[in-house]
Amino acid sequence: MKLSHFVKGLKHGIPIFLGYLSVSFGFGILAVKSGLSVTEAAAVSLFNLTSAGQAAGVGIIAAGGSLAEMVLSQLIINLRYSLMSLSLSQKLDKSFNLPRRLLVSYGITDEIFIMAAVQPGRITPWYMYGIILVSTVGWVLGTVLGAAAGTVLPAAVSDALGIMLYGMFIAIIIPPAKKEKSVLAGVLLAAGASAVLYCFAPFISSGFAVIICAVAAAAVCAAFFPKETADTVKDGEGT
Amino acid sequence: MSIVIYIAVMAGVTYLIRMIPLTLVRRQIKSRFINSFLYYIPYTVLSAMTFPAIFNSTGDIITSSVGTVTALILAYVGMPLIVVALAAAGSAYLAGFIITLF
Repeated sequence: MKLSHFVKGLKHGIPIFLGYLSVSFGFGILAVKSGLSVTEAAAVSLFNLTSAGQAAGVGIIAAGGSLAEMVLSQLIINLRYSLMSLSLSQKLDKSFNLPRRLLVSYGITDEIFIMAAVQPGRITPWYMYGIILVSTVGWVLGTVLGAAAGTVLPAAVSDALGIMLYGMFIAIIIPPAKKEKSVLAGVLLAAGASAVLYCFAPFISSGFAVIICAVAAAAVCAAFFPKETADTVKDGEGT
Repeated sequence: MSIVIYIAVMAGVTYLIRMIPLTLVRRQIKSRFINSFLYYIPYTVLSAMTFPAIFNSTGDIITSSVGTVTALILAYVGMPLIVVALAAAGSAYLAGFIITLF
């Protein structure tokens, strides 16, 4: 164990911890509203560590959806992690054997990936353990607090907090949409298609509607606005 | 169906998505279409999940709309995630409070 790497990971995880604490608070409320207990909500957060996938997942649970729908929705919504894992796989240092890769796979989230990806050079297992540990504690703790508070808070407050997770999603998609017309096109196409399905095809469950709209919009954008091949991870001096 | 089964399936799929590329795939994806598709997917997923669901998120279309507009404006001027999320909830709460006054 490299203590300095672990401590560095813990430190880099602190801003993620704070962000996760507040956002997963919103998820906790959403989960309880969808009929999950505090323990179940905490288990979802501990075993999934992902915002959009979890929000869709509890929606499917609440609606009594099929397992096929659950598998497909998680596959589509969380597919981006594959690309992050792929990118990260080429940035890992030589001490990453199979068990260590299996362990770190648990904690590939948007924020953790970005934090690790911008580090100069190779990344070490203990750096990843540090950052994943702090972030996970924030995510689960926020969920528990939100789920517990959701049952105690006045209805007006917990109702208003129901919008938090969506607010975060907006904060993620708007800045890149502002910068790139193609992303804006994808966002508008997906939102438009989703609204059309909601109004005119209410028999399609919300999980499948998200999959259909997201895949269609991304495919249209990929066809009309193809991106250059993703940058390879820079090979630096090593951390 | 038991919630435990749902959670297990959810967690299993999510883990495999992260684990398979990190352990097995070592080469870059070459297809330009697939790369582009994967680039756009996070944004289209979040967008399709948010709209129109956000307008039901507080249980009231007026307070949800106030929160949505607040979030859009703050995100547009580049506020951090936490600020946007909290302000959306705060403005939806205020809107609800003002409505009860009338």
